[in-house]
Amino acid sequence: MAFLKHIGAAAVAAALLAAPQARADEQYFPLQSYRVGPYAAGGTGFFGGFIDYMNLINIRDGGVNGVKLVWDECETEYAVEKGVECYQRQKSHADIAAWNPLSVGIAYAMIDGVTADHVPLITVNHGRTDTTDGRVFPYVFPLLLNPYSESSGIINYIAGKEGGLESLKGKKIVVLYHGSPYGKETIPIYDLLAAKYGFTVDQIEVPHPGNEQGAQWLQIRREKPDWVVLRGWGVMNPVALTTAQRNGFPADHIVGNVWSNSEEDVRPAGDAAIGYTAITTQASGNQYPVLQEIIKTVYDAGKGNLADKTRIGSVYHNLGIVNGILNVEAIRIAQDKFGHKTLTGDEVRWGFEHLQLDPARVKALGAENLFHSINVTYDNHEGEGYVTFQQWDGAKWNVVSDWIAPDWALLRPIITASSEAYAKEKGLPIRTLKEADKVSQ
Amino acid sequence: MSILADTQAAPVQITTRALSLLILLVLAFVAVPAFAPAYAVEAIFLPFLALSLAGVGLNLLTGYGGQVSLGSAAFMAVGAFAAYNFNLRLPGLPLPVTILLAAVTAAGVGLVFGLPSLRLRGFYLAVSTLAAQFFVGWALTRFGWFSNHSASGIISAPHMSFLGFSLDGTVGRYLLALTLVTLITLLVWAITTSPFGTNLIAVRDNETAARVVGIPVLQTKLIAFALSSAIIGVAGVLWAFTYLRTVEPAGFDLDRSFDVLFIIIIGGLATIRGAFLGAALIVAFPLILSRFGALVLGGVIDSGVQELVQRIILGLLIILILILEPNGLAAILDRLSRWVSRVK
Repeated sequence: MAFLKHIGAAAVAAALLAAPQARADEQYFPLQSYRVGPYAAGGTGFFGGFIDYMNLINIRDGGVNGVKLVWDECETEYAVEKGVECYQRQKSHADIAAWNPLSVGIAYAMIDGVTADHVPLITVNHGRTDTTDGRVFPYVFPLLLNPYSESSGIINYIAGKEGGLESLKGKKIVVLYHGSPYGKETIPIYDLLAAKYGFTVDQIEVPHPGNEQGAQWLQIRREKPDWVVLRGWGVMNPVALTTAQRNGFPADHIVGNVWSNSEEDVRPAGDAAIGYTAITTQASGNQYPVLQEIIKTVYDAGKGNLADKTRIGSVYHNLGIVNGILNVEAIRIAQDKFGHKTLTGDEVRWGFEHLQLDPARVKALGAENLFHSINVTYDNHEGEGYVTFQQWDGAKWNVVSDWIAPDWALLRPIITASSEAYAKEKGLPIRTLKEADKVSQ
Repeated sequence: MSILADTQAAPVQITTRALSLLILLVLAFVAVPAFAPAYAVEAIFLPFLALSLAGVGLNLLTGYGGQVSLGSAAFMAVGAFAAYNFNLRLPGLPLPVTILLAAVTAAGVGLVFGLPSLRLRGFYLAVSTLAAQFFVGWALTRFGWFSNHSASGIISAPHMSFLGFSLDGTVGRYLLALTLVTLITLLVWAITTSPFGTNLIAVRDNETAARVVGIPVLQTKLIAFALSSAIIGVAGVLWAFTYLRTVEPAGFDLDRSFDVLFIIIIGGLATIRGAFLGAALIVAFPLILSRFGALVLGGVIDSGVQELVQRIILGLLIILILILEPNGLAAILDRLSRWVSRVK
């Protein structure tokens, strides 16, 4: 009986401890990460950077205006059904700020869910292109660079190498894409750009995960294209570069997209990667003030997330940090309107829709030249990110272009046509600015 | 031999079995929708039902008929994409008709890929059903028409309703899946106890002998392929429409085929409850391990390491089960129930 009494006392104590007034202000990030499987390099780098930045904010500033950032991880292995299970599991947690699954397939499967939950879904540098139209997709944000902008940026870069957009006429470009929703996303836009600028395009699929590409490169060898655009992911990239070398295709005529641009993509390819160029929204390297602070405050305190410290400042790690900056600044902007407290998902959504960081603000955040700027509005959920190109010299990436703006004016009508068709098919309303300013509690 | 053991059980045992089945059904139809949290339904029961049904379908072919197939995921894909296209292109088609047409389409495709079984057996047949796996995946990605020219190849499930009731909510989808699984399982049970079921087992146990006693072997094999594919096709519809709500061809890859094959091997070949037990192990056990791992070790080791540890544990468990009881979980359950009745 005495034992039972003890248990009773413990239960009362536990209940008291769990009482709501004891809860501190927190903002929770459910991380659907992947640290195993064929895409682990991307997952560990990106989520490592994201966690490192949140740790920096917690340790250095005591959170965002005193609101602590908390998170937990759920392993998805980049598989849709695992990501959906993680979504179901983590959505019961209180105070969710935003979802960042880093997978087009998982993001697609969550669109209806997050819209019903009123919580933002961030797909930085990837995602479904027409979610750029915030009038139709209020809770989905393909921040910085949607796949169409990326394609336009790559074609503009190739045009620059050939001597202007007119010189593209009669040229032949092969797009080698990953056999996944992510890889297929840009098929229509390359066809359209080819028709507009008069080059021919041939788009060849590499089945997931892409560790065997003999047939594809044989076809490329037969077709003798002027350029190859590599739209790869994970292990597909180094395999593409080494297979290209075996087939005698020059690496400096292969242009990688934003998920084929990391150290992990080129290092395993050895000297087959020398001269290879890739697009990026965030430069690599650790010379930026924000990275120096992360090294000093987080890694030197033994709280760094990357197991391999040589990866600090790598492309994926830096993308994770930029993603951290964007998420944290969206919360900060929303806090300035709704108060320095735990926000609802819809309030954070408002913050993302006002996420306007000009180069001066980016500099103040210690990220000058790490990324350019962002200008999200209620109807433009991408935010006009700038891109730059970097070339691999066998040891590191060197930036070989200025910050370039993709051709947004050309792309916008295609995006709105697609999103409006989606709205019609699903019977969704087209949101106005006034409706976007209404925030549910 | 096994048919005798299966069908000539003592009457007493049949009534206890019927009673426990009834209790199970009441629990599934009433208690789960009323009390289970949304997470349990969305993340556990819905994939469990879909994969159980796929297991039931494959068990008809492999367990009862002895024809090894590695094409289950392909037939699931055929079912899912067929249902999507019938629904899209014939507006106003009632949901049961859509699902029936999807099943018929999957049966047709299954029939075609079942033709090699007339000549091939065992491993050779398994390899030839792999062709279904690759061909269907290729066709669905190659021809944009199947996914209504969606840029990324992903289709999203349409609104579902029956007799004016919307089935889009968690409970609606669950009840739809449960009803279909219950009906089809009863149908399969009836099939396996019918003369056709006996023929099927005869073909499995000794094809030559079956031919000698006058069983139409070719016809039996082809019907088994068609039926099994139709059922697996419906499982694909459940996977796409009630569980994930979005589908891409890559979601039905070879790994999924192996999942279904493991389900029936671990659960118990040539038993109906084996498919359910196997699916429970494959769906629920990793989740339990992962949640337990996250709870206990969440702050200590990262989620990637946890995932690998879980795989090792699951693999060891499967090896252990198959060594201790090669007839699978169904046989273990039988042993348990015999032990319980002896204790009583």
